[in-house]
Amino acid sequence: MKKLMTGNSAVSYGVMLSRAEVISAYPITPQTTIVEELSEICSDGRLNAKFIRVESEHSAMACVAAASATGARVFTATSSHGLAYMHEMLHWASGTRLPVVMVNANRAIGSPWSIWCDQGDSLSQRDTGWLQLYCQSGQEALDTVIQAYRIAEEVLLPVMVLVDGFFLSHTSEPVEIPDQGVVDRFLPPYRPRYKLTPNDPHTFNIMADPSIFISFRHEAQKAMVEAKKVVARVDRAFKSHFGRGYGLMEKVRCADAEVVFLTMGTAASTALEVIEQYRKQGKKVGLCRLRLFRPFPAEELIKLLSGRKKVAVLDRNNSLGAGGIVAQELKAALFGAPRKPKVFEFIAGLGGKDITPETIHEVIEYTLNNANSKGVPIWMGVQE
Amino acid sequence: MNAKELLNEYLHSGHGCCPGCAMPIIMRTAFQALGEKTIAVITAGCFGTISGTFPTSPIKLATYNTPFASTGAAASGVRAALDMKGEASTTVLAVAGDGGTFDIGIQAVSAAAERNDDFIYLCYDNEAYMNTGIQRSSATPWGAWTTTTPPSNLKNQPKKDIVQIMAAHRVPYVATGSIAYPEDFIRKIKKAKEIRGFKFIYVFSPCPVGWRFSSELTIRLARLAVQTKVFPLYEVENGERYILNEEPEEIPVSEYLKPQGRFSFLREGDLERIQENVDREWKRLMNRMENRLT
Repeated sequence: MKKLMTGNSAVSYGVMLSRAEVISAYPITPQTTIVEELSEICSDGRLNAKFIRVESEHSAMACVAAASATGARVFTATSSHGLAYMHEMLHWASGTRLPVVMVNANRAIGSPWSIWCDQGDSLSQRDTGWLQLYCQSGQEALDTVIQAYRIAEEVLLPVMVLVDGFFLSHTSEPVEIPDQGVVDRFLPPYRPRYKLTPNDPHTFNIMADPSIFISFRHEAQKAMVEAKKVVARVDRAFKSHFGRGYGLMEKVRCADAEVVFLTMGTAASTALEVIEQYRKQGKKVGLCRLRLFRPFPAEELIKLLSGRKKVAVLDRNNSLGAGGIVAQELKAALFGAPRKPKVFEFIAGLGGKDITPETIHEVIEYTLNNANSKGVPIWMGVQE
Repeated sequence: MNAKELLNEYLHSGHGCCPGCAMPIIMRTAFQALGEKTIAVITAGCFGTISGTFPTSPIKLATYNTPFASTGAAASGVRAALDMKGEASTTVLAVAGDGGTFDIGIQAVSAAAERNDDFIYLCYDNEAYMNTGIQRSSATPWGAWTTTTPPSNLKNQPKKDIVQIMAAHRVPYVATGSIAYPEDFIRKIKKAKEIRGFKFIYVFSPCPVGWRFSSELTIRLARLAVQTKVFPLYEVENGERYILNEEPEEIPVSEYLKPQGRFSFLREGDLERIQENVDREWKRLMNRMENRLT
């Protein structure tokens, strides 16, 4: 069944179809409508779940992590300051190896206040041990939530699904709602290996002394490495069930591209149009939309970009004093790679500034017309 | 508690408590009163750090450790998951100290109480941040020395009245408890277990290291706190019905303060001031009482 719905509504449907059992969340723009719709879905019985209306995001994550440890399939959603407020508990959820699934509507973190989109909120949480999957459409958001549970429950690491605030969270588009029976076949109930129960008492999160702590982290690292394969495998399985797949990254016109434009989220759909214009002019420009950011698909990006002349990275975020985070990760991945491209870095769209076709045109023009990058990111649309 | 229940041990040796610490007595008793169908949610603080190091644990119950500010929310999460799994008869016991309850954790505790989520929240109050080495908390009494309220700048604020704060949430059950009155404490834990909704059990936890007293005096100080009206034993049902459980003797508060080094920096007139405060608080509490004794 196809339905016209916002990205946030698509997320809510994804959670409902995944049969989450405990949901806990605190409203924040632009995530709020997820909280509202799931409250309704739980209240009217479409989903048999406990919805705990907590007083903060820190509590939301604490609550779903503990519920997950007790064996329930859990969900929460947040954005920006809410995600920052969760920070401590993000580490805790991954450290406890809990398959928590969360949607974050990407929004700038203040100060100054902004309710509008950028990806600095989630990218600044990249070291918390969560997988991160960035979506481009409502359909992909719904599908990725369902996929996220299967991935998380296999690798025992939490998964963050990202939707650009407003550009995706509040934009309506037709979304195919999968059949519950097919979702149930794709995603069986969560069967935890260990859980909190009086029948088989275990202690979770006990003190680990210096002789053993590093080993816990190493186990999680191995799981994160493994997660990349699992994301790819789950996506293939999803495609066989539902006819749609997304891969670790979406590549358009890349086969013969000399210049690859690389970004995450909704800016990619704007870029698509611009890429086609360049193609009409006979210029070999391609698009790579990175979907999986954590674990970072370094090998796949090396494979894609080796032998290309240039890559233009558009970051909708900035790590002060270092530059765009996607560009940093990419450069680290390419270091030592054979026939690596020149990396051109651009910062755009912070705090909801529109990334228009003109913005992307400027980025690609600059990349085509300059033999070398200046080695520092170029900021787009800044008032001096 | 019957003899058979006393044989059920859920807190074994191997924990890291200081000699004379009241908290393992509190926890051992509470665990015994609740029995094995219990999940413990333990926050950072003394109990969080002394309750074992991987791969061993002295606690023979399903246990979930959670960071400081999250106790109330984590216990709500465990409760919700148990209810979804049809395990409504399992008791959830959240445990936190005064720091985790009065201060860094109060937001989540208050929210869980307001939602009336079905678990027992046990606060052991040793009246300062003892795990990090005796820093003042909002539970530290007026006039007490701590490492952040040195002799030249003793705690100059009264202790936060956490029982009134929790009772004001109109939760079904709030009670104070003392290891010097184990029958009363056990009765309250068992009563809390049978009540659905949010239960707050607040237990006095003398700390030899932080209060600077000799470690054999723990129980005596716990008893003196009750008898000098510093720590009244009472219950509050549904935020309204107050019940006094122990009528104190008329013992001056100085008897309680004297053995404690943390009060050795009091100046002239301070003792009288403390006694006046205790008497005033007692009178306020008595005004709320419907039943003086049960």
